Amino acid sequence: MAEKKKKTKIVKRIHVDADKCNGCRACEVVCSAFHAAPKYSSNNPARSRIRVITHPLKDIYLPVYAGEYTPAECLGRNTYTLDGKEYDECAFCRASCPSRDDFKEPDSGLPLKCDMCESEPDLDEPMCVKWCLVDALTYEEVEVEVDEDEDEVRIEDVELGLESLVDKYGLDKVLDTIARLSKKD
Amino acid sequence: MRYAETGINLEIDLSTGNIERVVSDPKDTELYLGGLGTNAKILWDRVPPEVEPFSEDNLLIFSAGLLCGTPATGCNRTIVSTISPQTQLMAFSMMGGFWAPELKYAGYDKVVLRGKSPDLVYLWIKDDKVEIRDASHLAGKGATETAELLRQELGEPRAQVAAIGLAGESRVFFASIEQGRSSASRGGIGAVMGDKRVKAIVVRGTKDINVARPDEFLGLCDEVLEYIKWRAANPIKGVMPILAGLGSPQEMAIHDEKWHTENFMWGNSRVRRKGFWTEEIEKQWTETMEGARTRLISCYNCPMKCGATISMSGLPTYMMKCFSKLTYTMAAMSDLDFGLRIAQRATEYGVDGFSAPQVMAFALELYDNGILTDEDMPGLPEGNEERFYWLLDRIVRREGIGDVLADGTYWAAKKIGNGADAYAHNNIKKHEQLPLKLSMLNPIYFLMYSTGEKINITQIEGQFPQAPFPTREEREEFVKDWFQVPDDRFKQYFLDWELRGENSIPYYPTPQMCCDIVDWQERMHYIDDALGMCAGLSSFPLKPPYHIHNYPKFITAGAGIEMDEEALTQAARRYRTLVRAINIRRGMRRKDEKPPENHWKKRFPELEKELLDTYYKFKGWNEDGIPTKETLDELGLDYVAEEFVERGILKEDEGAESGETAAE
Ligand code: SF4
Ligand code: SF4
Ligand code: SF4
Repeated sequence: MAEKKKKTKIVKRIHVDADKCNGCRACEVVCSAFHAAPKYSSNNPARSRIRVITHPLKDIYLPVYAGEYTPAECLGRNTYTLDGKEYDECAFCRASCPSRDDFKEPDSGLPLKCDMCESEPDLDEPMCVKWCLVDALTYEEVEVEVDEDEDEVRIEDVELGLESLVDKYGLDKVLDTIARLSKKD
Repeated sequence: MRYAETGINLEIDLSTGNIERVVSDPKDTELYLGGLGTNAKILWDRVPPEVEPFSEDNLLIFSAGLLCGTPATGCNRTIVSTISPQTQLMAFSMMGGFWAPELKYAGYDKVVLRGKSPDLVYLWIKDDKVEIRDASHLAGKGATETAELLRQELGEPRAQVAAIGLAGESRVFFASIEQGRSSASRGGIGAVMGDKRVKAIVVRGTKDINVARPDEFLGLCDEVLEYIKWRAANPIKGVMPILAGLGSPQEMAIHDEKWHTENFMWGNSRVRRKGFWTEEIEKQWTETMEGARTRLISCYNCPMKCGATISMSGLPTYMMKCFSKLTYTMAAMSDLDFGLRIAQRATEYGVDGFSAPQVMAFALELYDNGILTDEDMPGLPEGNEERFYWLLDRIVRREGIGDVLADGTYWAAKKIGNGADAYAHNNIKKHEQLPLKLSMLNPIYFLMYSTGEKINITQIEGQFPQAPFPTREEREEFVKDWFQVPDDRFKQYFLDWELRGENSIPYYPTPQMCCDIVDWQERMHYIDDALGMCAGLSSFPLKPPYHIHNYPKFITAGAGIEMDEEALTQAARRYRTLVRAINIRRGMRRKDEKPPENHWKKRFPELEKELLDTYYKFKGWNEDGIPTKETLDELGLDYVAEEFVERGILKEDEGAESGETAAE
């Protein structure tokens, strides 16, 4: 077997230091503003791709980033106790999941996912990191080696979006819409 | 489209249960901005002076500021306005926290309550759904406790709750409205909420707030954040630590309390304890605070974390900020451990952290002097600290002597008689003030105390240093990057201000300069209260990130209202004058405009008269403090002038000869 060629890629990483979080939700404000269309024209923390779970009386301050969409909720659930603090069911989960309102557009219900602030040109750092002045969120880029033939086009991303639409509206409706859209072109 | 604001007020009639969404007039936003400004307009229009505070016709208005809910850092104030049972004047207390932005996201700028509910209720506002719900199961519950119960009951962990405790339910004249880490405490607005039988207002919103010029607006926010970072690295030199940085005074973070404990008065604002702050005390209090404080916490969209969660062993956790850290301690001549413990109970009861300790210290002083006796206070415990708990418990239930004390020191003294008046010695306009007693009259503070209608000095002062710096070099250093001044002449006022000699207090700054300085300080507070900005990033600290030069840009880019410094100044003057008009219509006059008799040892009656005369003229008010017809007309408040004439407050021809209003 021929040896796979190695190349490097940059992995973006946000480090969350929950101990430094003061619960201000500036990260939610600016994330939702950044993703508004046109950019910054509105803001709405309910659309943010980062959610800060706070329970001041229990000293719970937990910024969580929106991850993958999932069509079905987990059968088994986790609860955590950390440092004597009990976290609610699903607190650490990043999924946009039918079991909860988090990480979904409040009007359409479409899933939200952190894109590390995809933008042309690239941002110096993600918006939520920039607006978190107390360093609860910090950003670093690390170089890692990857296999050459690792897929470049993230077809899964497209699939995932479609899947969620199918879940929400049914396959027929989605197919109809795609057919209609392609006729327009 | 409306920008920054939603354009919709919720009008709730508690007597009938009627709920309406009313579209507000964009013209009013241009004229009065929002928050306090538009609240004042509503109160002027709808609450005539005959209306008693505890009347169905009194309104209780919860308003988000104009820019709340936009990304403007630190813009999170809820401005609550009503007629105060204590001062009988307009009360407009503010609270930070998270409530106002949430209301905006739910789609409303204000909640206007009128009438009275027959039973205890709470309001549940979730976007378009607005309900009045039974709260009988919450009767007597603590304010923090209520918030927790409601979030659970509704299954809405992200809902924001403004609630009253037992004090509000009992209509204690200094009852607060509590909201987690924040509270609206002054003027007894919690009593009005209790009178309307509303235990809490719960809000959750998931809608958008728009801004008019997105890129410009975000650029302005970024500048503010950059400046906050810069100031964190460059504290102001030559002032004590709590004045060197931004934010509300960092009482939760800073342990050095030498200044407060040795300069503020203890007991019933009586005793100054020089030399109190020893190493031993510092060690003990630092330990207490470190042991109690779990985390420093912020309000919505602000990095300053001026509050803290406090857990005292054996007591439920609560949240605290600012100077309430010391008010109970100092009133009871006790230590920080006591202060943090009783504050837990007081927060659940929902009382003003300035007034409540003073009222209790006042009662005990009356007792020590035989004016209140064992007959008045059967069962009063022996121990000093126990007495404070005992009094607090009775006040919030209006039990026995507590019923008298629940009206605050001014009204309580009247009821008690027998010379009790002399002990209610620290009031302005019938309201308890910070426990400060100083030596030499300060002309700037004289004017702020006298003419302030915000009743609390911390909501009037700021921007201009409280005292001169010793050397010219230090002053020159200070003015170098003082770009927040509206005009360079303010730098000159400060440069020439000396500790001693000809250019020192009380005769310098001159009355005319004092007018200028007071007017600037006041203006910035009034602008904050209309926009919903935290004073801690704007009108209160020295060299703040928000100022008269960038505010117009924020309003233009945020709300889409063309604004410049002059127009903003004029708008602020307009609703500031309207606040005064409301109070004048309720009988406030020059005779009410004075600091406590003993606030300074050295007083100067002639100078004080000149100061007040000059300031009234500067503001365009007549010698009795009433805005003249000319002033009112110039501000577009001719409807006020008309009513003043109708009511005989102004004469038809008055004001015409009162001459120029002093130049800006
Ligand atoms: S901006 Fe930072 S401190 Fe504020 S809530 Fe987000 S993570 Fe916490
Ligand atoms: S990295 Fe960007 S997209 Fe992701 S949560 Fe932060 S601001 Fe939102
Ligand atoms: S400066 Fe302090 S009080 Fe003001 S909004 Fe920020 S955290 Fe709240």
